[in-house]
Amino acid sequence: MSIFLDRSSRIVVQGITGRMAQFHTKEMLDYGSNVVAGVVPGKGGETVFGIPVFDTVKQAVEATGADTSLVFVPPPFAADSIMEAADGGIRYCVCITDGIPAQDMIRVKRYMMRYPRERRMVLTGPNCAGTISPGKALLGIMPGHIYLPGNVGIVSRSGTLGYEAAQQLKDRGIGVSTSVGIGGDPINGSSFRDILERFEADPDTHIICMIGEIGGPQEAEAAAYIQDHMTKPVIAYIAGLTAPKGRTMGHAGAIISAFGESASEKVEILTAAGVTVAENPSVIGETVARVLNKRAA
Amino acid sequence: MDIHEYQAKEILSRFGVTVPPGGLAYSPEQAAYRARELGGSRWIVKAQVHAGGRGKAGGVKLCSSENEIHEATNAMFGRKLVTHQTGAEGKGIYRVYVEGAVEFNREIYLGFVLDRSSQRVMIVASSEGGMEIEEISAKKPESIVRSTVEPAVGLQEFQAREIAYALKIPASLTQQMVRTLQGCYRAFRELDATMVEINPLVITADNRILALDAKMTFDGNALFRHPQISELRDKSQEDPREANAADRGLAYIGLSGNIGCIVNGAGLAMATMDTIKLAGGEPANFLDIGGGATPERVAKAFRLVMSDSNVQAILVNIFAGINRCDWVAEGVVQALTANPVDVPVIVRLSGTNVEEGQKILAKSGLPIIRANSLMEAAERAVMAWKNDRKQNTKVRAV
Repeated sequence: MSIFLDRSSRIVVQGITGRMAQFHTKEMLDYGSNVVAGVVPGKGGETVFGIPVFDTVKQAVEATGADTSLVFVPPPFAADSIMEAADGGIRYCVCITDGIPAQDMIRVKRYMMRYPRERRMVLTGPNCAGTISPGKALLGIMPGHIYLPGNVGIVSRSGTLGYEAAQQLKDRGIGVSTSVGIGGDPINGSSFRDILERFEADPDTHIICMIGEIGGPQEAEAAAYIQDHMTKPVIAYIAGLTAPKGRTMGHAGAIISAFGESASEKVEILTAAGVTVAENPSVIGETVARVLNKRAA
Repeated sequence: MDIHEYQAKEILSRFGVTVPPGGLAYSPEQAAYRARELGGSRWIVKAQVHAGGRGKAGGVKLCSSENEIHEATNAMFGRKLVTHQTGAEGKGIYRVYVEGAVEFNREIYLGFVLDRSSQRVMIVASSEGGMEIEEISAKKPESIVRSTVEPAVGLQEFQAREIAYALKIPASLTQQMVRTLQGCYRAFRELDATMVEINPLVITADNRILALDAKMTFDGNALFRHPQISELRDKSQEDPREANAADRGLAYIGLSGNIGCIVNGAGLAMATMDTIKLAGGEPANFLDIGGGATPERVAKAFRLVMSDSNVQAILVNIFAGINRCDWVAEGVVQALTANPVDVPVIVRLSGTNVEEGQKILAKSGLPIIRANSLMEAAERAVMAWKNDRKQNTKVRAV
């Protein structure tokens, strides 16, 4: 098993006719992802790599049975596209777009609450690399070949640090059940805690590798959840020990603006919750391997 | 994006917040003349810089004659104001704001922020205004009132009234307090602010509510729909190197160390800085060149990092996924051939086609120090920097 995404996922790419969207759609198809439709208002009837393009998500869902969406729409229009997916019957949506206004995301989150829980779309991102269930499907912009299929669940705010972890695991022959990017924005679709819940319930995920950074309360919220509810081991790495307070470090959400938001405070909170924290990013793979071996022994 | 106090007051007053009359000045003469226009006998002159803590740093002066204003502002203009928020280099004073002095009985703190836990706009208020919110949280946490705004319907009157009662605002001023709170929220919402702060909001001796200071920060991601806010940008308040980088699509933050960093991805860039520190060095900067790491971007990054005269070694850390390492290595070689640098360069590539990438770096003939892991790269960078410092001669990279 895996979380969110597998071979049966029927994918629609919103904004498929854009240059970057086409490039990554091709990469996803080559990986074996089941991309069944594209949506671009005004371009219904066209095709991209033989995939039919529709004007609306509802049309795409009706015609192709799409249940999973990848939003590749420019920042001013991305929130609207996410809400369209939520209303159109999509179950799982990844938004890649970097630069969505924070208040647009507040509205998106509020809008999604109007659907009862069992019909509510799950959103991960925005400003993320996407989600991959290795060997099954890729939904995003990550290089698929750095992930081996296996039993480590990865959840990361940063794209490239997530790749770094996957590559280090691959170098040790360790595979991944699903890797989820939750993105670098201050208001995001799913939190660490949301993803940890899924990994805890997934029989094929045996250990979780969580990659956080400075800014925001989500690492601390995850620590509380891990302590009270998780049976599977979690290893973590937190970036930004040397980041100055009050400065935005690339990601809109990577800013220390309140107590508990610095990397050292997060490391402390996670360690107290029983999480094994890797001291530097070069030993993420090694740390996962060590915890796995200890469990096997 | 930050704006000045006088600009925030102008905006908030359009949304129904009462502010004292004031005038902007670009010279001591203008400041004195503004005081005469305003009338009265006592004035406050305030340095307009993008930082808090101006009062303690000497950026706010009470004056009781036009002469005093001339003298006080003469000492301000052109000077760098160093507050606890500016860093040691300070921020230049090029504008001052003159207001009539106000007699007041009470100071209130009022802040609107994006609360990341509730993922909503949160109002934070305290009856202990005048202090900074960090200080209030430490000394008088029980005085803080919080209320989150439901985004679908906005700030309701009852919520605003609850805040007014909690702050023990006199009954005769409840309506004005409600108007102030709703005005701030509307400004926040309609202009895509990320922070609105009035500190202090005062109750004057003649029983009015008045915003004596105001601060607004805007969401850079939302400026596309607010050209009138973009116009308020004041580049004199920005670090020139950071502003220059931002204009070229690179996220750069200058720090005080000696090892320059060129990295793709914000998370990896922070991790690189941290690893340098763990290896015994100090990073000179944060720099995220974006996912692609094209040769043009790498070249730009080298120029940017080298413009910091403190840089004595450069660590390049690129994860190449879809763009393979051999392609990134070509880019690094091209950039260094076209723009030679006179400090040691340590390159660590990871991801796809690492071996081919390493071969290209080795064959280039450039004295590039290669490393396999990030820790190794950081250790080599620190060693190269220390050796360089010891010999006091710079290793030429070409």
